[in-house]
Amino acid sequence: MKHLVLATAISCSLISLQAQAAGRDTINIVGSSTVYPFATVVAEKFGKKSGHKTPKIESTGSGGGMKLFCAGAGLNTPDITNASRAIKSSEYKKCMKNGVTDITEIQIGYDGIAFANSKKAPQFKLSRKDMFLALAKQVPDPKGGHKLIENPYQTWNQVNPSLPNYKIEVLGPPPTSGTRDAFAELAMEGGCKKVDWIKAMKKKDKKKYKSICHTVREDGAYIEAGENDNLIVQKLESNPKAMGIFGFSFLEQNDDYVQGSIVEGEAPEFETIADGSYPISRPLFFYVKNAHKKAIPGMQDYLVEFTSEAAFGDEGYLIDKGLIPLSKADRAAMRKRVKNSEKLKM
Amino acid sequence: MNNTEQVKLSLKKRYAREKRFQWYGKIAVWIGFVFLATLLLDITLKALPAFQKTEIQLQVPIDWETLGLQPDTRIDPESLRTVDFGGVLKKSLREVFPDVKKRKDKKLLYRLISSGAEYQLRDLILSEPELIQQGKISLWVTADDDVDTFYKLKKSTSRIKPKQAEMIQQLMDQGKIRTRFNDTFFQNSDSREPEQAGIRGALVGSFWTLLVTLVISLPIGIGAAVYLEEFAPKNKLTDIIEVNINNLAAVPSIVFGLLGLAVFINFFGMPRSAPLVGGIVLSLMTLPTIIISARAAIKSVPPSIKEAALGLGASHMQTVFHHVLPLAMPGILTGAIIGMAQALGETAPLLMIGMVAFIVDVPGGILDSATVLPVQIYLWADSPERAFTALTAAAILVLLAFLVTMNAIAIYLRKQFERRW
Repeated sequence: MKHLVLATAISCSLISLQAQAAGRDTINIVGSSTVYPFATVVAEKFGKKSGHKTPKIESTGSGGGMKLFCAGAGLNTPDITNASRAIKSSEYKKCMKNGVTDITEIQIGYDGIAFANSKKAPQFKLSRKDMFLALAKQVPDPKGGHKLIENPYQTWNQVNPSLPNYKIEVLGPPPTSGTRDAFAELAMEGGCKKVDWIKAMKKKDKKKYKSICHTVREDGAYIEAGENDNLIVQKLESNPKAMGIFGFSFLEQNDDYVQGSIVEGEAPEFETIADGSYPISRPLFFYVKNAHKKAIPGMQDYLVEFTSEAAFGDEGYLIDKGLIPLSKADRAAMRKRVKNSEKLKM
Repeated sequence: MNNTEQVKLSLKKRYAREKRFQWYGKIAVWIGFVFLATLLLDITLKALPAFQKTEIQLQVPIDWETLGLQPDTRIDPESLRTVDFGGVLKKSLREVFPDVKKRKDKKLLYRLISSGAEYQLRDLILSEPELIQQGKISLWVTADDDVDTFYKLKKSTSRIKPKQAEMIQQLMDQGKIRTRFNDTFFQNSDSREPEQAGIRGALVGSFWTLLVTLVISLPIGIGAAVYLEEFAPKNKLTDIIEVNINNLAAVPSIVFGLLGLAVFINFFGMPRSAPLVGGIVLSLMTLPTIIISARAAIKSVPPSIKEAALGLGASHMQTVFHHVLPLAMPGILTGAIIGMAQALGETAPLLMIGMVAFIVDVPGGILDSATVLPVQIYLWADSPERAFTALTAAAILVLLAFLVTMNAIAIYLRKQFERRW
């Protein structure tokens, strides 16, 4: 009998919950796992400095974040979503449909993707085309002609004679990761485009072009190592002949164990990513639901903190964490966007 | 050859076979043991640095003028908000190294101490405002995580510039750097700075989540078990229920997370990331474990006790509540504790309901945003800063300690109160 009373009490309290969930005083942030390390630092500083509650940040991936963000305008949806790519027009439309009409887009900086190996092995110097040939599922027939064959390359020097005679073994993130998307788009497609007849296909059959350029081989040369970049670094250390794909911040934190390859003459360094000469880099964003600014205390202050020179400026604390900053003019433009809550139009 | 001879001949072979089989068994046990020992040793070794923190001694001027306050201002969080504690600490760092003049070197110098040191100073002045009268205090501030790693491992990493290594050497010569027990690890919540990160938030989050799980799953589990075992008619329907409870115990836990997302968050509108939802989801997961073990415990109470009670005129319900249930309780509790231990180590279902998040504030109740111990481990394992490796291992040790304690309690209960008939 006692248990029955208890159970009833619980179910009653559950019902009363709905009312309480409506008002909240913490900023809710979701989105990209690449932006997560930066957003969390800002959130922590903001919480300590301002006296507001520390924002809650979930790492859901860019796509997952957009889905939650665009689900509706109510206070039970996130206020901000981080993204390691720009919002897609389909996502924008979904937002509009669900009443999320007033969004501000803020770019926070860049992220480079490193193609790295252990320091015990020689540093690789290669091009994006080499990466494409080594990792794509289907590659142009080396004998010539406009024909695709299953990837025949087993060692790096088969791809490019100047590379060492190592078996092709690349540890990288799984398809659910934004890093993988960016790698496919920037490195593989970048190399794929160098083949003229595949490039010509882009206009005729975009779908086929994409599938040729983005599909990674599945014969064991590319090893999905999970979302954990630390694990990839550790594995590279124990296997000097393997290569790894991960974000620049992990390269920077572990540069006594691993080295980034030189891609088309540019090493993955702070300066080369910032000026855009390192070819595998991407912009990072967050999107703000302006309608929540009134209801959530401190939201505007958080945005101001994020876009302050002390945070994302040339010598800000986010830079210490591996973020590549925007140019000075761009940073000023972002601050203006925050100040005026500029609406994103697509 | 007669039968006896044949048997005698095969005897040696049979003995050998038995010996071999025993060896297989021994090898299997040993392999398991070696795996476990390696794992524990590896985690413990990796975790050791996390239980120590490096501190640097500074002479900090804290008179009214340096703080930039009017003399005898009331000290409260509001009046201290404008004070530049970072600047005060930088000044005292410069006093230790008067020859550091270049801007670039100064930057390296400031990076020796944790970015949280200024809050350490602020909190100290908040709790003991009379210190300001002294004008100057000697304070051990937490060192930066890179310095910490460097000092503990006595090994150069590329995160420490040669100039900084010189500075640390100088501090060592003057005895102004030391390691202490890392109480921060138990007092603080998550942080992006390894030297300031701790598990308190995750521990409290685990506590609230398990509380909800216990309050929901124990009464429902025992109720279901008592009814099914003692009162339910034996027919097709109860058979189906029984089979399905067993099936439920084998459902992958992530499925319960999806259910929690769809039903509790999207349909009932409960808050994301709250221990309440986490607890409900985990209780769905532990219910089958509790029901199955409770039924087994009830079944093992000898019928003679029940019959004696019934014979003396007790009603069926009185028999169950006065005699069967108390005798079955140790078994039921053992099952419940093991179920709770399972729930404590679970992350997959919590992923779906938003408990995998960066949360700094310690949750004050079942409605606040919270994370739990295994999730904290998962988040730290994924952080780029080197020092998080040690923190991850240390958090694993804490989690293991709780699991072992819970299992030990279960074993104790079983040994102490179990009755054999």
